[in-house]
Amino acid sequence: MATASLAAGAASDTRPVAVGRVTPIRPPAGAAVPVDPADDPEGLARRQRAEKEARRLAQREALRPIVLAVLPPLLGFVLFIGIWTVIAQATPELPPPAKVWRSALNLFADPFYRKGPNDQGIGWNILNSLQRVGVGFGLAAAIGIPLGFILGRFTFLNAMASPVISLLRPVSPLAWLPIGLLVFKAANPAAIWVIFISSIWPMIINTAVGVQRVPQDYLNVARVLNLSEWKVVTRILFPATLPYVLTGIRLSIGVAWLVIVAAEMLTGGVGIGFWVWDEWNNLNVEHIIIAIFVVGIVGLLLEQALLLVARRFNYA
Amino acid sequence: MTDVLHNVSPPVAPSMAPPREFVHIEKVGMTFATKKGPFVALRDIDLVVRRGEFVALIGHSGCGKSTLLNLVAGLLAPSHGVLLCAGREIAGPGPERGVVFQNHSLLPWLSCFDNVHLAVERVFGATESKADLKRRTHEALGLVGLAHAEHKFPHEISGGMKQRVGIARALAMQPKVLLLDEPFGALDALTRARLQDELVRIVAATGSTVLMVTHDVDEAVLLSDRIVMMTNGPAATIGGIVHVDLPRPRERVELAGNAHYHRYRTEVLEFLYRRQGHVEEAA
Repeated sequence: MATASLAAGAASDTRPVAVGRVTPIRPPAGAAVPVDPADDPEGLARRQRAEKEARRLAQREALRPIVLAVLPPLLGFVLFIGIWTVIAQATPELPPPAKVWRSALNLFADPFYRKGPNDQGIGWNILNSLQRVGVGFGLAAAIGIPLGFILGRFTFLNAMASPVISLLRPVSPLAWLPIGLLVFKAANPAAIWVIFISSIWPMIINTAVGVQRVPQDYLNVARVLNLSEWKVVTRILFPATLPYVLTGIRLSIGVAWLVIVAAEMLTGGVGIGFWVWDEWNNLNVEHIIIAIFVVGIVGLLLEQALLLVARRFNYA
Repeated sequence: MTDVLHNVSPPVAPSMAPPREFVHIEKVGMTFATKKGPFVALRDIDLVVRRGEFVALIGHSGCGKSTLLNLVAGLLAPSHGVLLCAGREIAGPGPERGVVFQNHSLLPWLSCFDNVHLAVERVFGATESKADLKRRTHEALGLVGLAHAEHKFPHEISGGMKQRVGIARALAMQPKVLLLDEPFGALDALTRARLQDELVRIVAATGSTVLMVTHDVDEAVLLSDRIVMMTNGPAATIGGIVHVDLPRPRERVELAGNAHYHRYRTEVLEFLYRRQGHVEEAA
């Protein structure tokens, strides 16, 4: 059904384009045969047929890219759901797609209910997780980006910091959780701490690299124009580094969203990660699968939003 | 138009007779430290550029002509010798020396107006009102014929227009010397010819002193009062100087049939391809 409506939409979209492509061919053809069409009914019919054929071809030609863009992902999903169905038939514990779909409809019918602290709608769980990610990631950005600027600008500090960063960066995010629990003595700040510490590294590193890679041409302009250090930072370093910073932010958000599920599983409270754990205890496998999709979709949306922002600051 | 030109031309103090010599390059050498040891790029450069003079530096690529220009610009410090501008030692870049880079070097996140304004703001920001700074920016862009495109961004305009903005940015600082590093090298022949004519007009209007790096013989003869010919690197130096004694204004189509023009041209070509022809070996 989705394909049919897409194809119909595409056809109606492309018709004016197709006509536009065909019409320019007509006047020269008419000019080459200066015979009144009325005198030559057979030729006229032939020309009309050829015209119709050309229009049909042009239409098909215009449809091609749309079909090529839509078809592979669609096939991928169909295949995915097919494999899932087959596996679900073989293992009775795994619910088939249709059952999960029904369960999801039911779940999203009322996403914002509250029945006590441990039973809240899926919407609240998502929002709570997003809030934790927002706070942890925001703190990481507030510290990581300026730090990256400083490290990129001053070689000595960079040489000082880079061994420590190299050592701490590969540490698994959850290894930081006990430290957080110890220092903050509460679950929520500890979860935020984990997000903070695991999402700060890409921002520091990308910003520092961006500052180091500011083209020498721009720095020469700064020197020739004798710009003040403030102007150098605001007019040259910051804009030139911005694409790198945005890449760092995008990687960090990805990491933060990746980590939140695991962190919340351990810390509890309201959140998508805790909800997964809760549903596991209830043995509600449909809900666990829904949670996986929700986490995936929210992550995808975050990524796409940041890509959109990044495109805005692509000066090339 | 005359008003615009009047405003952009540098102020001339009639009471003081300024010395004719303006840029002094004395016994200058430049050695770069590389991984393979020191690399002597330039040696024993002696050159005096007079006020209002148009001097071209010509030579094969890699002969250090851009290095010499960067030394005058103050972007590099010489290993040996001294460079003076208006009697003061060149210790770094200064607003009295405007630089136009080969690849225009406009900041892509600023509009043409803001690119020029950045320079104007730095030189005149302390002494003039915001409206004056804006007027100067408009005038500089008007001088290169880009008043209509001032709110466009560099990626929205052609290569020739970008280079004109680069020239406007340098001119807006009202430099005493204009340093041009192969300013038209990346442009097609027609655009280049048009910009050369514009440069001649602007230089005539502002009375600027110009030092220009080029590898184009016709460009050098058409524009310059003197052509400084560099030997091939490494350890390049001045191999000869041609005084181009052609009356101004020069008109490129008329010059095509001018015997003197051809003599100068041949002289430079002779130097470049007979005496310094082994460029492949040098590179």
